[in-house]
Amino acid sequence: MTEAAKIWGLHLGVVLALLAAQNLLPPYYANQLARVLVLALFAMGYNIAHGYTGMLSLGHALFFAVGMYGAGLAVWHLEWTAFPALVIGVIAGGITAAAVGLLALRTTGVSFMIVTLMFAQTGYLTILYFGSYTGGDEGFVVEAIGRQVFGFDLAQDAPRGLFALALFALGLLAKLWLVRSPFGRVMLAMRENEDRSRMLGYNPFRVKLIVLVISGIYAGLAGAAYGVLFGYVGASFATVQYSILPMLYALMGGAGTVLGPLLGTTVMFVLVEIASLITSAQLLVVGVALVCLVLFAPRGLLGVVRDRWLRWLP
Amino acid sequence: MAAMILQARQLSKAFGGVRAVDGVNFDLTQGEIQALIGPNGAGKTSFVSLLSGRIAPDAGQILLAGQDITKMPAHLRVQRGIAYTFQITSIFPGLSVFDNAALAAQSRGARDLTAAVTTALTQVGLNDLHKKIAGSLSYGHQRLLELAMGLALTPQILILDEPTQGLAAGEIDDFTALIRSLVPKMTVLLIEHNMEVVMDLADRITVLTQGKVLARGTPTEIRANAAVQAAYLGGHDHAAA
Repeated sequence: MTEAAKIWGLHLGVVLALLAAQNLLPPYYANQLARVLVLALFAMGYNIAHGYTGMLSLGHALFFAVGMYGAGLAVWHLEWTAFPALVIGVIAGGITAAAVGLLALRTTGVSFMIVTLMFAQTGYLTILYFGSYTGGDEGFVVEAIGRQVFGFDLAQDAPRGLFALALFALGLLAKLWLVRSPFGRVMLAMRENEDRSRMLGYNPFRVKLIVLVISGIYAGLAGAAYGVLFGYVGASFATVQYSILPMLYALMGGAGTVLGPLLGTTVMFVLVEIASLITSAQLLVVGVALVCLVLFAPRGLLGVVRDRWLRWLP
Repeated sequence: MAAMILQARQLSKAFGGVRAVDGVNFDLTQGEIQALIGPNGAGKTSFVSLLSGRIAPDAGQILLAGQDITKMPAHLRVQRGIAYTFQITSIFPGLSVFDNAALAAQSRGARDLTAAVTTALTQVGLNDLHKKIAGSLSYGHQRLLELAMGLALTPQILILDEPTQGLAAGEIDDFTALIRSLVPKMTVLLIEHNMEVVMDLADRITVLTQGKVLARGTPTEIRANAAVQAAYLGGHDHAAA
């Protein structure tokens, strides 16, 4: 079996296993899995920017939120159905990332973190300021028409689960293709040694801007999907917490691995579920898990697996 | 007379109070191997950094085949055929040897990437190691990979900053044979401390001291030049180092 066949086989196998899980799990857990898949889509987008290209952003909540509000407001004010609403979310995520990137990519490192954080906070405050159009901090419920896609009702468990999986699978396979392409190699080059990349004829600004737009498209799609699948749009999704979460998911699973964000999101959800059975301080358990991760596996779960056993893992 | 492929006119660069490059005029002729020598701190690396666009000059002009490229950013100069290999090895340590060379080859739009990478790695004798992670290579092999990346860019002008540093004696012989095989298709500008390599390879030599051109000429002329001997060869014997 060639390496390419092994890699594509593994990732398609993961998609099939998720499909089986959707059908076998009790409804509550199947529903949680749908949430995991949408948030993993978000974390995959984050991972493309950070894990592969080395851009540590604290502003991805903005891209998630503009996707969510782009879709949600189109449903609320224009009575669009889910599919065109999702398209608007994707476009909003990509354009916002391009606008932020044009300014923020003039900085690197800590300055880049601060500038992206600043943009995200501005976005959050903008949502609150235009409360009469956005629902302010209460947010709004996505009406039934906005949860219709090709004759299916996304408010029902089964279509919702399948649709979440379909979007996730699309994002996963697109990401796998991207990181294995020649451009994926250039992304790694930016992360590893930007100065050398320039002296090989690459324009770092241009490469990073393209990557940030791709990342913003993932975040926008995830945000829009979260809105139409779970029926609620709110300003809390624009807070800094939603910039930190995809970073944590990706770091937990393994920054710079294709399946890491899925694994990281799943592990975090499972940890919170288990912790909530034992204590009301679930976040303490999550915190301890993260400290352990930093101490014992700084390259994340799949990062360790790749270093030790599966060198071919993309 | 052969065409001037690269020219510098009154090129200057100061770092704080230090005039690292001070009004340098310089010509590179199509198809030649020219060496740039001088004591440590003479401004050699600063000068080629100006040529390759890594740093911007304070004054002066750089011409590529007669066209002014003084303000052109570094990545576009690479696209126009000026390749620079680093003095302090600057590879992508976390990527494989293949990926390192592929980044260079695909940057210039190689049609058959695998073939282009194999050619470049074979030229420096590293093709057997193409699956290795670059950071795990020995220092000498990393130097050769750096050179392979320069070759994979298929440049018009290859600027080599102390390429033989850290190479074993046998590897140096292979290196000189390789560089000789590149001309006259490519033009080579070589910064080198190993005088044997310089005298062996160079058609012309430019000597820099304190940011200024002290002398230029053929190896024989430079050897016989009293000023060079006083300022450089006589004082510190770098050939023996």
